[in-house]
Amino acid sequence: MSDHTWGVLSNQAITAAGVVYFLALLCALVEWSAWQSRARAAVAEKELVGAGAPADEADAPTNPAAAVREQRAALFGRLSLLLTAIAVACHLVALVGRGMAADPNRVPWGNMYEFTISGSFVVAAAYVALHRRLKLSWMAPWVLGFTVVVLMLAVVGLYEPVAPLTEALNSYWLVIHVIAAIIATGGFTLGGIASVTYLLKARFPDAALLARVPDLDNLDRVSYRIHAFAFPVWTFGVLISGPIWAHEAWGSYWNWDPKEVWAFITWVVYAGYLHARATAGWKGKKAAIVALIGLATLWFNFIGINYFSSTSQHSYAAPAAPAVVELTEGASR
Amino acid sequence: MSTTSAPDQEKNEGVRRPGELNARELARWGWRQLTSMRTALILLLLLALAAVPGSLIPQDGVDSLKADQWREAHTTLTPIYEKLGLFNVYSTPWFAAIYLLLMVSLVGCIIPRCLVYARAMRAQPPATPAKLTRLPDSTTYVTDEEPAEVLAAARKQLRGYRIRKDDDGESVSAEKGYLREAGNLIFHMSLIIVLVAFATGSLFGYKGGVIVLVGEEYGFANELSQYDDFKSGSLFAPEDLDDFSFKIDDFKAEWLSTGAGAGTARGFNSKIRYTAGSSDEKTYDLRVNHPLTIGSTDVFLLAHGYAPVITVRDGEGNVAYSGPTIFLPQSQNLLSFGVVKAPYASPEEIGFQGLFYPFEGTVDGEPVNLMGDIGDGSHAMLSLQGFRGDLNLDAGPQSVYALDTSKANMMSPDETGKAFNLRLGETAELPDGLGSVSFDDVQQWNRVQISKSPGKEWALLGVSLALVGLLGSLFIRSRRVWVRARRVDGRTLVEIAALDRSGGGDTAAVVTGLAETLRGARTQEEKDV
Repeated sequence: MSDHTWGVLSNQAITAAGVVYFLALLCALVEWSAWQSRARAAVAEKELVGAGAPADEADAPTNPAAAVREQRAALFGRLSLLLTAIAVACHLVALVGRGMAADPNRVPWGNMYEFTISGSFVVAAAYVALHRRLKLSWMAPWVLGFTVVVLMLAVVGLYEPVAPLTEALNSYWLVIHVIAAIIATGGFTLGGIASVTYLLKARFPDAALLARVPDLDNLDRVSYRIHAFAFPVWTFGVLISGPIWAHEAWGSYWNWDPKEVWAFITWVVYAGYLHARATAGWKGKKAAIVALIGLATLWFNFIGINYFSSTSQHSYAAPAAPAVVELTEGASR
Repeated sequence: MSTTSAPDQEKNEGVRRPGELNARELARWGWRQLTSMRTALILLLLLALAAVPGSLIPQDGVDSLKADQWREAHTTLTPIYEKLGLFNVYSTPWFAAIYLLLMVSLVGCIIPRCLVYARAMRAQPPATPAKLTRLPDSTTYVTDEEPAEVLAAARKQLRGYRIRKDDDGESVSAEKGYLREAGNLIFHMSLIIVLVAFATGSLFGYKGGVIVLVGEEYGFANELSQYDDFKSGSLFAPEDLDDFSFKIDDFKAEWLSTGAGAGTARGFNSKIRYTAGSSDEKTYDLRVNHPLTIGSTDVFLLAHGYAPVITVRDGEGNVAYSGPTIFLPQSQNLLSFGVVKAPYASPEEIGFQGLFYPFEGTVDGEPVNLMGDIGDGSHAMLSLQGFRGDLNLDAGPQSVYALDTSKANMMSPDETGKAFNLRLGETAELPDGLGSVSFDDVQQWNRVQISKSPGKEWALLGVSLALVGLLGSLFIRSRRVWVRARRVDGRTLVEIAALDRSGGGDTAAVVTGLAETLRGARTQEEKDV
């Protein structure tokens, strides 16, 4: 296959992945709405029976129509997962195609578009991988909605034709450093979804719309476990492999470059989250808020710094006529 | 961090007003506050917040040119920002105050915790609580087994746990995950190593840049006067410069002519020859991402460009200026800007400023640079604006890359006011018999960065240890498990409880798992019998 064909395949696979993610999202929404109507029915029943009679949601519904509805909801849940898995596979094909389309072949994260599709791939793939272990099926609409939107934004706003890497990026540290950043970004995003849900559930404990969501303790634990995974990866990416590469390419391991500063800020905020979870008075809600601040700094670093700061060596939005064009300019993130 | 809460002020009874503290108590209270977890948390978030302005306002230490431009553009804000040190955020006292307080808080927490940990390492798991069923995760079951048998089976099941030796005879108290706290302590102590190593680097290190022409007759010796720009830590001394010198024999870049990256270059390679101290000459291929290490100093290839060889003759026919002139690239395709100053030309001072086109093509009558690859030089063009009169060199030091034309007059090859456009090997006469300018040859230059960051190995070691400690503190599960078996109404009542000490652990599963195994073991034995 020629480079061009690989490029075309990558673009088609991304479109296909987007469409299948969207179908999976629809299925997940059907499942959620079934839970919602069940929760409403439970409330109505409770009101009929009167206070005192506990409405046990876990009990199998007694009337046959409800049982059918229940089965249908579970079916849509499984269908959603299956479609997500197919979409993740398409997504992977798109990434591979992107790497194969470059000459010489390379890792598919050389610019913003590629980083975005790689990052959203990690979010979706981690969701599928952790689905059983952390019982994440409730997360489906969030994850899928997020992935669909991000893929759309990437294709519409960030798309760039396949180009060879600039010299400074041509290093095996690109593989190590950026893969760590992508995995951590995906992880933090997934953890952030759990934290947002935690805050919503804490604010509206009885909302029928959130019936599908597990209880607060469970949400907190899921959120913590995902963050606890992503934090060491981020530490490795930002504070170990990043400085080593910076030393090789730019001549000093820490330059107070805006991208570095924000990566450090993100690290500090998430360190704060881990501490907050162990501090009386900060557990729960406040910790979840700290995690979301961390997520905001992470995304700002990814998106914002490229536009707000022209002094960053990571920002290659090509400002007009720089004084000296460095060999090390022209990188992606 | 210490989990000590606010002090017991209630104990300070007496005639003093409530809340009044003497100096010693105040110091103690302050220390407790500083080393509390909550303070550490707030300091952490404050550190994150304080790092923000430095990433949004141009910093002198990162890009001094940008910082100067910003200052010129914002005349009202600049004095305020200067006072607050916002152009040097990371070396201001207020930024230092935050991280020093954080460090003190860290040390204040870590030392007591190390002592506690040292004691805990030798200690037995705590005695079994009286009411196990009151713990959040517990279960009970009744069996016909002897209590001693149940307890023996439990001890066997709790492999990997430390088990209390002098137990009360009717229960087992077990604990595991001691290394979790060790990981936690290693993580925090490693942060101190990193901070100290980083501080050493910024105090004793330096970073300098120099443009070196490619060729036998040029080169660089590591002396302060040879640098174009030089930044060093406050405790750096010029004697710390390692003794070495190098020459660039050849520089090659591979220019892409097809594909999406057409017009850009890669595969930059400088063949350099260097001598360190009194040792023999060595060679090295200096490339991007492949620095040369000489002693404890690193040499990096950062940029490259062209230096047209220009000769200026004055009205009397004397050579007023001659040599390769470094032109600074303005874009990726190496369209470059440079300046020639011939202050000793007579009868008038002569100066030029203009652009160098490595590969010029004419589009709609205007010269356009098509690519950075000079090829055989047949399309290279020098387009210079000429100036005569006073170049204002008496006014003070000037950049070699800028021409002060405030007191000079422009001169053109003819009446049209155009620039002097020269192809390789061409010479242009200046008007009014002022002399001539010729474009003789093109050479290349490399911008090289030379830096020394003492303590970088320590920083790497520290941060790697921190990661190991972090993994331990996050993933080693720390928990206590108790099993009590006693005779109640002629049968054996077994109570099992567990306490999660790591946050995020699923102790309910541990309790039910252990209960099932203990009961299952018995059922199995019954079957065997």
